[in-house]
Amino acid sequence: MDKVLISPSPHVHAKASTNSIMMDVVIALMPAIVVSILFYGWAEILVLAVAAVSCVGLEYLIARFLMKRPELFSGSSALVTGLLLAMNLPSTSPWWMVALGALVAIGIAKMSFGGLGQNLFNPAITARVFLLISFPVQMTNWTLPNGFISYPDAVSGATPLGLLKEGLKSGESIQQILSTNGFDSMTTVIRDIGGSAGEISALALLLGFGYLLVRKVVKPWITLSILLTIAAIAAVFHGIDPAHFTGVNFNLVTGGVLLGACFMATDYVTSPMSNWGGVIYGIGIGVIVMMIRYFGSYPEGMSFAILIMNCFVPLINRAFHQKKYGRA
Amino acid sequence: MAKLTFSIGGIHPADCKLSRGCKIETLPLPPKVYVSMFQHLGAQAKPIVEVGDSVKAGQIIAEPGGFISAYVHSPVSGTVKSIGLRKDLAGFNVMHVEIDVEGDEWAEGIDLSPELVTAIPEDRDFILDRIKMCGVVGLGGATFPTHVKLNPPPGKKADCLILNGAECEPYLTSDFRILLERTDEIVVGAAIMKKVLGDCPCVIGIEENKPEAIAAVRASLARLGYPGIRVEVLRKRYPQGGEKQLIDAVMHRQVKSGGLPIDVGAVVQNVATSLAVYEAVQKNKPLVTNVLTVTGDCLPVDRMHNYLFRIGMPLSWIAEQAGGVPEGAVKIISGGPMMGKAVANFDAATVKGSSSILYLGEGTRRRQETPCIRCGRCADACPMGLEPFLLKKLYQYGDPAGLEQNAAQDCIECGCCQYSCPAGVPLLDNIRMAKAQVMGIIRARNAKK
Repeated sequence: MDKVLISPSPHVHAKASTNSIMMDVVIALMPAIVVSILFYGWAEILVLAVAAVSCVGLEYLIARFLMKRPELFSGSSALVTGLLLAMNLPSTSPWWMVALGALVAIGIAKMSFGGLGQNLFNPAITARVFLLISFPVQMTNWTLPNGFISYPDAVSGATPLGLLKEGLKSGESIQQILSTNGFDSMTTVIRDIGGSAGEISALALLLGFGYLLVRKVVKPWITLSILLTIAAIAAVFHGIDPAHFTGVNFNLVTGGVLLGACFMATDYVTSPMSNWGGVIYGIGIGVIVMMIRYFGSYPEGMSFAILIMNCFVPLINRAFHQKKYGRA
Repeated sequence: MAKLTFSIGGIHPADCKLSRGCKIETLPLPPKVYVSMFQHLGAQAKPIVEVGDSVKAGQIIAEPGGFISAYVHSPVSGTVKSIGLRKDLAGFNVMHVEIDVEGDEWAEGIDLSPELVTAIPEDRDFILDRIKMCGVVGLGGATFPTHVKLNPPPGKKADCLILNGAECEPYLTSDFRILLERTDEIVVGAAIMKKVLGDCPCVIGIEENKPEAIAAVRASLARLGYPGIRVEVLRKRYPQGGEKQLIDAVMHRQVKSGGLPIDVGAVVQNVATSLAVYEAVQKNKPLVTNVLTVTGDCLPVDRMHNYLFRIGMPLSWIAEQAGGVPEGAVKIISGGPMMGKAVANFDAATVKGSSSILYLGEGTRRRQETPCIRCGRCADACPMGLEPFLLKKLYQYGDPAGLEQNAAQDCIECGCCQYSCPAGVPLLDNIRMAKAQVMGIIRARNAKK
């Protein structure tokens, strides 16, 4: 008999691998990426390319030359971080700012914690928050969509959330602000009025998320928990004072809520392991985001909310476990 | 009617029942058999024959070595050539009785006729004695002595006898074939065990991917007319045939950690055990034969077989009857691909519980291990609700208290975690060692009390 392998059971293996899961996420991001390229044009392609290439390149260089453990390089995971980073930035971002964001995401948030699977904070969001604080002007320089699909009066403008914050400060009511700027919450379902690439189309994001659910890459609990919490808080505040607090639909489709709830908060490494832990984590994100939107000085709080709840994941993991067989 | 299934975890591997169409064939006799003294759970059996003795098929050649142990019979007629250590399939030295085969003469009092005997003996002790004297052990994998399991300690009562026809391991088809070809005998066996257990209800659980077997058993039940036995269709899901999972699926009860099935009123027996019980009680025929599947993903379908074999036939000899080891076999497994053992010694003898010779090709190679991405698939897959990623870490950090607190000892070693892991982490390898460590601590603590 020729040589055969001897090893303990199991002797078979499911098809899914880390790489196949990461590539599923890339596929799921495609609808939103295509829509953002259509609306923002070459500028968006540049941001995507710089983010993807620098994330993958930096991870390789850091693993190989700084950590001297080339096996820690995971190209597919770095690619996902790069694409998510790009989708969190305005299409007008200068290339050096994107590259700096990649350095923060990969270098600080991911590799300094030990690489894939070890990071406490979501790398792309860490980078976005770093850039938001360091480069407030560039990070809020939103161009109204002016891409391959032409859009008549393309000028630079603020996002709906930014406009609202400014308007409310000057004493206008929500209805006045919305009508003077010609917004209608339903238009954002197809395309947002202005914002970072990942915020432009709720429909495209949901399409991608549906793909992840069908492929069983993610479970719906974290996302549902975030969206329901946001909807519940918005319903209560808007119900009490519609002039100063935006409503459910507006809060669900504007800003980074969908990108965050579908693709960022569901990151395996930085979210809780158990279903109920995920629900608690999602409620936390929903509450923080709405507090920042309603009462904070920033117009949007999705990134902060996710980062803050990332810190709680180790504690949540301790408190929530799977239901065990035969143990009440 | 709704299909039953267990409530926690589980996976859906491709079932690969490639040999389902192969009728059971009886193997010819080999020149020699090697009968292991350790083919049941518990104490090793003690040989009572000597070198040079001539034995008949079905004659007792070894006695139980303790309360949990079993008789061993000669599977053939011939002369005892030697008694001594021989390597089992994992390469461990185990006492074997080597017998040179001469003719095929059976011991007296054994009914070899094919006629079905449906009248069940009245005397419970007679039935239990027959089962014990015929060396019947559980053929679902654990080979626990059947007479012990069918005789609950005082104060414990069976509410339900579950006959396990799930055969949830991919590739294996021996239970499926006996359900089709030995249906009536299995049903009579069930009626016998039901009677021993105080006439509790009996459920025969069969997975949905075996509709022919479900129909055959239902027809047999209608024909034979034993009351209180019914078939339940189980969903195709691994490990549906795990004892604890099957009890959960059928009775909606869960066995407490460290407890026994009888604590929740359950007795689970495999369908192959039911056949052995029938043969023992109705025919006085000891357990010296069983059915095994020769299959695999690198074996052409026309070389697959379901064989009726005599215990003690070497695996390699059976493989030769089926045309030898196929090209491209990377691993040879005895048992299913999820829980079976990789064969280290192909000349090892078959035992009562042998269920297959499985050849797996390149796909069985382990993947390169990459970092855990905390996807949680192992925890979702675990049918005991454990967190394999955590147990592996605790084991590597050397934290036995943490392991016990997180129930490492509850692991049933089904392999769902390692099967599901996208990073190729050898979770079960670590948890097996963790479990052994925790069990040792628990035993030491109980001994002190």
